[in-house]
Amino acid sequence: MRPEAAASLPDRFARWFAARGWRPRAHQLAVLAAAQAGEGALLIAPTGGGKTLAGFLPSLIDLHAAPRPGLHTLYISPLKALAADVARNLETPVADMGLAVSIATRTGDTSATERRQQRASPPQILLTTPESLALLLSLPEAAAGFAGLATIVVDEIHALAGSKRGDQLALCLARLATLAPAARRIGLSATVAHPGALRAYLGGGLRLIEAGAGAAPEIALLLPPGRLPWAGHMGIAAAPAILACIERAASSIVFVNTRAQAELLFQALWKLNTATLPIGLHHGSLDPAQRRRVEAAMAAGSLRAVIATASLDLGIDWGSVDQVIQLGAPKGVARLMQRVGRANHRMDQPSRAILVPANRFEVLECEAAIEGVAAGTLDGDPPRPGGLDVLAQHLLGMACAAPFHPDAMFAEVTAAAPYATLTRADFDAVLGFVEHGGYALAAYERYRKLFRDAEGRLHPRDMRIARHYRMNIGTIVEAPLLRVRLGARGPALGEVEEYFAAQLVPGDTFLFAGRLLRFLRLRETTIEVADGGEGEPKIPAYAGGRLPLSTHLAARVRAMLQAEVGWSRFPDAVREWLSLQRTRSALPDAEGLLVESFPRGGRHYLVAYAFEGRNAHQTLGMLLTRRMQRAGSRPLGFVATDYVLAIWSAEPARDIAALFGEDMLGDDLEEWMAESSLLRRSFRNVAVIAGLIERQRPGATRSHRQVAVSSDLLYDVLRRHQPDHVLLRATRADAAAGMVDLGRVAAMLARVLGRIRHVALDRVSPLAVPVLLEIGRESVRGAAEEEALLAEAEAMLAEAAAIPA
Amino acid sequence: MTPAAIRLAGEALLLDPTGGVVWPARRLLAVADLHLEKATAAAERGWLLPPWDSAATLARLAALIARHRPQTVLALGDSFHDRRGAARLAPESLHLLSVIADAARLVWIAGNHDPAPPEGLPGEAVACWRAGPLCFRHQASSAPPGTGLGEISGHFHPKARIAARGAALARRCFVVDARRLLLPAFGSYAGGLDVRHPAIGALFPEGGATFLLGAARLFNFPLPPPTLRIQADGILL
Repeated sequence: MRPEAAASLPDRFARWFAARGWRPRAHQLAVLAAAQAGEGALLIAPTGGGKTLAGFLPSLIDLHAAPRPGLHTLYISPLKALAADVARNLETPVADMGLAVSIATRTGDTSATERRQQRASPPQILLTTPESLALLLSLPEAAAGFAGLATIVVDEIHALAGSKRGDQLALCLARLATLAPAARRIGLSATVAHPGALRAYLGGGLRLIEAGAGAAPEIALLLPPGRLPWAGHMGIAAAPAILACIERAASSIVFVNTRAQAELLFQALWKLNTATLPIGLHHGSLDPAQRRRVEAAMAAGSLRAVIATASLDLGIDWGSVDQVIQLGAPKGVARLMQRVGRANHRMDQPSRAILVPANRFEVLECEAAIEGVAAGTLDGDPPRPGGLDVLAQHLLGMACAAPFHPDAMFAEVTAAAPYATLTRADFDAVLGFVEHGGYALAAYERYRKLFRDAEGRLHPRDMRIARHYRMNIGTIVEAPLLRVRLGARGPALGEVEEYFAAQLVPGDTFLFAGRLLRFLRLRETTIEVADGGEGEPKIPAYAGGRLPLSTHLAARVRAMLQAEVGWSRFPDAVREWLSLQRTRSALPDAEGLLVESFPRGGRHYLVAYAFEGRNAHQTLGMLLTRRMQRAGSRPLGFVATDYVLAIWSAEPARDIAALFGEDMLGDDLEEWMAESSLLRRSFRNVAVIAGLIERQRPGATRSHRQVAVSSDLLYDVLRRHQPDHVLLRATRADAAAGMVDLGRVAAMLARVLGRIRHVALDRVSPLAVPVLLEIGRESVRGAAEEEALLAEAEAMLAEAAAIPA
Repeated sequence: MTPAAIRLAGEALLLDPTGGVVWPARRLLAVADLHLEKATAAAERGWLLPPWDSAATLARLAALIARHRPQTVLALGDSFHDRRGAARLAPESLHLLSVIADAARLVWIAGNHDPAPPEGLPGEAVACWRAGPLCFRHQASSAPPGTGLGEISGHFHPKARIAARGAALARRCFVVDARRLLLPAFGSYAGGLDVRHPAIGALFPEGGATFLLGAARLFNFPLPPPTLRIQADGILL
């Protein structure tokens, strides 16, 4: 921190701190000093550092010193619930100090009445989300409403930057810079790997203020009893040990990686919980009211534990959590730090956390993560260019607010960090898409959504365009969801994906919201259920549940495997496993790539220890099987985990080094990506965000279904007729960064070039056992595989029908 | 392309993997729910879908005709996405239509999206088409066909989902029993309705068979009666 002029805290504020027995923290004063010097700030502080107050202090002091009507401060949070919590918490100092400051929230939950009130008399402090901000900025009165804005506070900025929501927010901030050039920006973030990138994201010229790291957390490893599992991610065998941990502490958060895992663990704990400890369940598909009840109970200290997914990664501090238990692999150091930070919110005392790996590879990952936390090195991807689909949505919104000239809009948009490198050609292509679809066939001249006036400014064609925009705003695209309700008139429990619901027949049971439920009937957009039931319950799964292992953590795991001196920290079972691997085969090394081959059950296996995460391994698997097909090895299938890729074939693979050559990313990649189901999924998201198709609404009527256009059909037609269309380019960019994870595949192939170690074995190696156990649990398909699966299912059924009963 | 042979009311029919049905004895081909000009209909409402749907649909139809060489081609209704669709056809699509009309007698059966005959286009327009024991119409009648008779219709855009190795694969499909045949939608942008929907179930109270469209062949799966729907791999979800 640079030496700056000391911040001046008005008496009333100093007295308020003193009355509560507090002293303003150094970073709170540093933010204030920056603001008083007319500068913005990016505050990086761990959880519990009083960040939110630091963000609001300059505004409260401003409004106290020079009261004025109209919007003064805009606060943006990634979560609706967080915005509401912060608003509530802000009321306390405002009331205590007798400040005349009006505060309101504006989110998707805000009622029409409240919205009208806010229009009639704007609050001085408005708390909102990126989506609601985009909507406000698309209204014709936006220019007048935001002109007097003095401060913009962006909370949990690390959770937004780098995502499509972050792209949308960056574009909105660029807009605000046009409407209110004098407004200062304050960013609040947890500790991140790239603070410079975050500062650039928020806008140059900000003071970077980093609070001390606080006490180092204490993280322990808890192993499930009995034999250490070889595979599986659920880790439910550890339930008794987890319950014992919960019993020993006053309050715990148990983090898991997926909603299905949360439901399973909750059920397992419930069966064991003879002492009937109050334990809650929290995940993103539960009814919001239910989630709020759990949060309130946790804040009030009436729960001993809550089982949670990423739904609790962010949020208001509860201040009273004794320990965090992480069941399953942490997947990344930054994510683990964030979760660990949810325990004990006093910066001067260590947070306590317990990691519970579900299998032996996860033991390695947990140890690597503990090492990463101790070293304070974080993972995190460097910034990527903003999505063109998000830009399309934004441009339409801007036209709905007021006519704009493309030159001025290009200048404004490229002031947003994610779009700083956007070319004019790409901008024009996106604008062309918004105006008339951007198709090579000039068929849509008469259906333009935007028209240009004599001065070249763009206007929406009619009111319907603005209505469409507002109905489809946002960058989160979910699978269609159905509400789950207890009986016809009972409470709503939450939502499940329509796909899951379609599999249920009356009488089926499933685990949801911590209950065993029996499916009664589907009524329009609601699934009616009753408590109880018999038979093996199903568990709803949700798309996109699992995060891949981070690059940084993967590198640590590889390094640990090589550094045998460090093995002493591992449990005996893991040490023996690794020693056996060293004797029978070889250990994966830190920079190169270990590839094993062995015969088993009449097939030939190839196992690559790449440690690049599931997405990258799936891509690698697709590309390698294509090459092996051409080479005559007759590949039969593959399975990818976060650590390993295994391929099996009818003939042994030849010339392993050539197989892994960098030229793999040429024609095969193009061809595979074009027909991959991953690309189709990416295209659906892009098409919805860019405004090509409407958001799917759950339980749409039959006639609507038949009329709705499936994005797959559009994808096929567009790919055939205009493969360079801007939405297809956006789709490929998305997939390359996300589900296909091309960056990691390319980096890995470059890294291991000339350093591939092939070990030919006569049987399976110890390290390969876990991945072989995953076979049959994972599947990824292209169009050709789908046909094969259908043929197989058809043949199986015909065979079964031929057996006399 | 390998068609599947079925019998309906005693007549031998071929189901084509692209979604058309051929009646060889009468040299007749039927397709349903072309939904031509769906993209421009959406564009009028502000959704600028890729505009090649009509041309793509007609090109597939032309290829189907070239393979089976029928004398008569029936379009079983909802050939146009809306009443004004025919007027919006682009020159390329009009050309494809004239090629089709030159190759076979083209018959437009009225649908709910296009109740009036298309103006200025080749072909004749009828409410339904009867030949021998078979009746071709847009929407299946609620009463089952009389003894010895069969009915071929579209309208519902049937689609089936199959569970295979933990994945669900959705495809357009034919649905058939001894007396009724539902055709899948042939239009490039036509949506689908799950075969388990009660509207389809009501037409097949005893269950039937589904034929899912594949790249070069059809995949045959039984359709259980609406009251008996079990799940397992390879069974309709």
